[in-house]
Amino acid sequence: MSDVPASFRPTRRQTLGLFGLGAAGLVIPQAFGGVAFAQDAAPKGQIVLGFSQEPTVFNPHLLHIEVDEGVYFAIFDPLFGVDAEGKFYPLLAAEVPTVENGGISADGLTWKVKLRDDVKWHDGTPFTAEDVKFTLELLVNPDFRSWRRAGHELVQELTVVSPTEISWKMSAPYAPYASILASTFIVPKHAFDGQADLNATPFNNAPIGTGPFKWVKRVAGDYIEMEANTDYVGDGPYVEKLIIKYIPDMTVLYTQFKTGDIDVIGLQWITADHYDEAKALPDRVVIKAPNPTVESIGLNLGKPVFQDKAVRQALYAALDKTTLIDALYYGLPLPTESYMPQQSFYYNPDLPKHEFSTEKANAILDEAGWVKGGDGIREKDGVRLAFTNSTTAGNHLREQAQQFIQQTFAEIGAEMTIHNLPPAVMWGDYWMLSQYDSTIVGIAFLTGPDPDTADYFSSKSISAKGGAGQNTFQWENEDVDRLLAEGAKIFVPEERKVPYLELQELAREELPFLPMFQYTVLPGTKTGIEGLVPNVNVRVDSWNVGSWRWV
Amino acid sequence: MLRFLLGRLGQSLILLFIVSLIGFSVLLLAPGGPMSQFALTPGISKAELDKIAAQMGLDRPILVQYADWLWGLVRGDWGNSFRDGRPVLEIIGGHLFATLLLMGSSTVIAVGLGTWIGIKGAVKRYSMFDYAATVGAMIALSIPTFWFGLVSIYIFSLRLGWLPAGNMFTIGDQTVLDYLHHLIMPSMVLALVNVAIWSRYMRTATLEVINQDFVKTARAKGLSPRRVLMKHVVGNALIPMITLAGLQLPTLLGGALVTETVFTWPGMGRLFLDSLGYSDYPVIMGLLMFSAILVIIGNLAADLITAFVDPRIRLA
Repeated sequence: MSDVPASFRPTRRQTLGLFGLGAAGLVIPQAFGGVAFAQDAAPKGQIVLGFSQEPTVFNPHLLHIEVDEGVYFAIFDPLFGVDAEGKFYPLLAAEVPTVENGGISADGLTWKVKLRDDVKWHDGTPFTAEDVKFTLELLVNPDFRSWRRAGHELVQELTVVSPTEISWKMSAPYAPYASILASTFIVPKHAFDGQADLNATPFNNAPIGTGPFKWVKRVAGDYIEMEANTDYVGDGPYVEKLIIKYIPDMTVLYTQFKTGDIDVIGLQWITADHYDEAKALPDRVVIKAPNPTVESIGLNLGKPVFQDKAVRQALYAALDKTTLIDALYYGLPLPTESYMPQQSFYYNPDLPKHEFSTEKANAILDEAGWVKGGDGIREKDGVRLAFTNSTTAGNHLREQAQQFIQQTFAEIGAEMTIHNLPPAVMWGDYWMLSQYDSTIVGIAFLTGPDPDTADYFSSKSISAKGGAGQNTFQWENEDVDRLLAEGAKIFVPEERKVPYLELQELAREELPFLPMFQYTVLPGTKTGIEGLVPNVNVRVDSWNVGSWRWV
Repeated sequence: MLRFLLGRLGQSLILLFIVSLIGFSVLLLAPGGPMSQFALTPGISKAELDKIAAQMGLDRPILVQYADWLWGLVRGDWGNSFRDGRPVLEIIGGHLFATLLLMGSSTVIAVGLGTWIGIKGAVKRYSMFDYAATVGAMIALSIPTFWFGLVSIYIFSLRLGWLPAGNMFTIGDQTVLDYLHHLIMPSMVLALVNVAIWSRYMRTATLEVINQDFVKTARAKGLSPRRVLMKHVVGNALIPMITLAGLQLPTLLGGALVTETVFTWPGMGRLFLDSLGYSDYPVIMGLLMFSAILVIIGNLAADLITAFVDPRIRLA
C-alpha cells in the first residue's frame, strides 16, 4: 500500500474490505477528498451542479458528448474507476484485475474479473456477471449506435463463470483495455430484455444504475434531478439530492455561480478572464484544475508545404507561446512540449524546451533552401510557404491567437491565411478527412490514464487514406507504428513507460502538430462543499460525485 | 364564409408544403450535420460515424429523406429527437408552458403599456410626453435584448440582490410566488421592445382616426372628450392592431431566442437554438412547422376578427 497518500484514513468497512482482498495498488477515491466520513451518516442537503451544455443521452453506450458523462458518474459505475493519480480502484469489481493478482494472464490474453456480490440495481434487482456480459456485448452489437467499439472488439469467448465472476479472451494483447473498462459503465441487462430496438428503449430516458444517485426526473432544457442511493456500496452519497443544471451561456453560468443559484460550476467552467474576480469572491472556492486537453497547431502533413520537417520546426520556433499564454489566456494554461498530460505517469519531462526565436526560424528555413520571393514569402521547388489556418469560427480566444501567430509567422516569410468555419463544418469532413492545411485544435489524446495514442498517430488511423481513426495530421512514421504496437502489449507500467517516452521524443522532433499548452480549467464551489477533486483522467467533474458533501 | 375558410385552408396547406420543403433542404444541405459533434470523441473513426449515420438513414438522398419525413408528418408522426430520442411533439409540448408563461406575461405588459402610451402620445401630440415616448421607443428598439438582459441581471441580481439571475423557478420551491419572482425580470426585458413597437403603432393608428369626420361629429354632438376618445377613437384605432396581434401570435409561442438564453428560461427559443447547435433535424423541422402553422392561424384569426369587428370588411 505504499502508494496510498498519508491523508488516507479508511473507514472500518473499507479497511476490512482491503484486508479481505489483500489488494495492492488500490486507492479508495475519497482518499483524495481528505477526511473519510462514516458511511452510515445519512445524506443531507442538495448540490446543484451547473454545466454549460445539456446532458441528453443517458444510455452511457450510445453516441454521446462529454457533458453526458457528468450524469453517468452519478447513476452508474464501471467495474473499476480511475483516480486523479491515474490509479484504478474497484467499484463493481471486487478487485482490479492485474497481471500480479492473476486477473490478467501474463500474455495479456485472458482476463478474469471477480465481482462484488452485494450490489443491487436502483430497482432492487441484484447485479451479476450477466450484466457485465450484456454491457460488453452491447458495445459491439452491429445494430447498436455504440460510442466506442475500439478495444471491445478484441473481446472473445465472454464467459459468465459464476454470478460474481466473468472471464474473456482477447484476440490480441491490448494493455489500454483496462483504461477503456474504467470508462465503461455497466448497464442492467434486464432493462433491455425484450426490447426490439436497443437504440430506443425506455431506459434511455429513465436510466437504472448502481451508482451513488438514483434518477428522479429530467426537465428537458433545464435540469436533471437525482436522489441519494442509500444502498450504494461505494463511498457516499453524502447529499440527499443532486441536481445537474443546464445553463446555456458561459457568462450566465458564471453569473449564477456568483449569485449562488448553482453550488458547483462544472464543465466549461469559469472563463479565464473571470479568474481574478472569481478568486476574490466571498464564500466561493475556485480550483485551478489541469485538463488533459492539449492545444496545438495541427499541421496536415498531406499538404506539400508541411512535408519538409524544416518548415515545421521553423514554424514552431516562430511561435511566441509565452506571450500567447500570458496575453490571451491570463497565464493559466501550462506550456507544454508533449501531447501527454503533465500529470500522467508516462509524461516525458525531458523534451527539448521550446524557444521563441524568429532568427532561429529564419536560419532553419535559409538552410533548408526556402528562399524569399518578390512578395516576401518563401518558396522552395515551386511550393510557396503559404497555408490557411482554420478553427471554430466564433471562438474568440483562438481567433485572436491566430492573428497574433500570423504576425510572427510573417516575420519568417510564411504566409498564414485565416480561414475559420462554423463548428459543424470545421469538425466534419474538413477535419476528419484532412482537408485543412493547418488548424488550432484542442485534443485530449489519451483514453483515461492510458498512454496509447494509436488512434491519433498510427499510420492505420488516417481516415483520409481509408484508415479508421483520427490521425488527421496524416503522420506516417514506421518508428511511431512500432512504438505504439510495442506499448500496447506491455502490461507493467514501469516497463510500458519506455516506448511512450520515446514516442514523445519523436513527436517533439517530427512536429506533426506544434504543441502550445495544456489547458487549465477553473471549476468552483461554494465554501463548505468538499470532495471535488480535479481528475485529469476523466472528461467531466462529477467522477467522484458520490463523495461530494456539505461540511 | 365557408368558401373563404376552405380557400384559406387550401392556401395554407400549399404554403406549409413549400415552407417544409425549403426548410428541410436548407437544413440538410448545410455542411456538418448531426455526426460532426462526435468527431473528437476518443476512439471513434470516421467509418464508424458514417455507419451510424447510415443506420439513422442520413445517407439517403435528401428528397427521399424529405418524403419519409413528410409521410410521417401526414400520419401524425413528427419523428424523434436525435439527442434524447423522445417524440418531437412531446419535446415541443414540454417547452411550451415556459414560453407561454414568459411571452404571455410580457405581451400583457407590452400591450397594456404600449396601447396607453400610444393613445396618450397621439392625443397630446408634440407634448413632452409624446417626445419622451418617441425617444424612449427609439432607445428601446436600439438596445440589443441580451445586453439589456445582462445589465438588468447585473443591477437587480448581483448588485441589489432583489431578483433571481434567471431560471423559471427555484428547484424544490415551485410555488406561484416563486414563479412570479422569477418572471419579473425576463418579462420586463422582453416587454421593453414590444412596448416600443406597440406604442408606435398605436400612436399612428390613433392619429389616423382622431381627425376623421365621425370623430368630429361625435364631438359636435356634445359628447364628453373622454367618451369620444374611448368609444369612437380607441375602438377604431384598435382594429389595425388586431392584425399586429395576429402577427405576434407565432412569437408568443415560438419563444424568444436571446432572452430565454440569458435568463436560462427553458422555453421554445432555447430549444430551437440548442437543436440547431446539435443539428437535431426532426426537432428543428418540428419547430419550423409549428411556427408556420401558428403564422397561418394568427393571420387567419386576425382576418376573421377584423371582419367581425369592422362591418366595412367582408370576407370572400
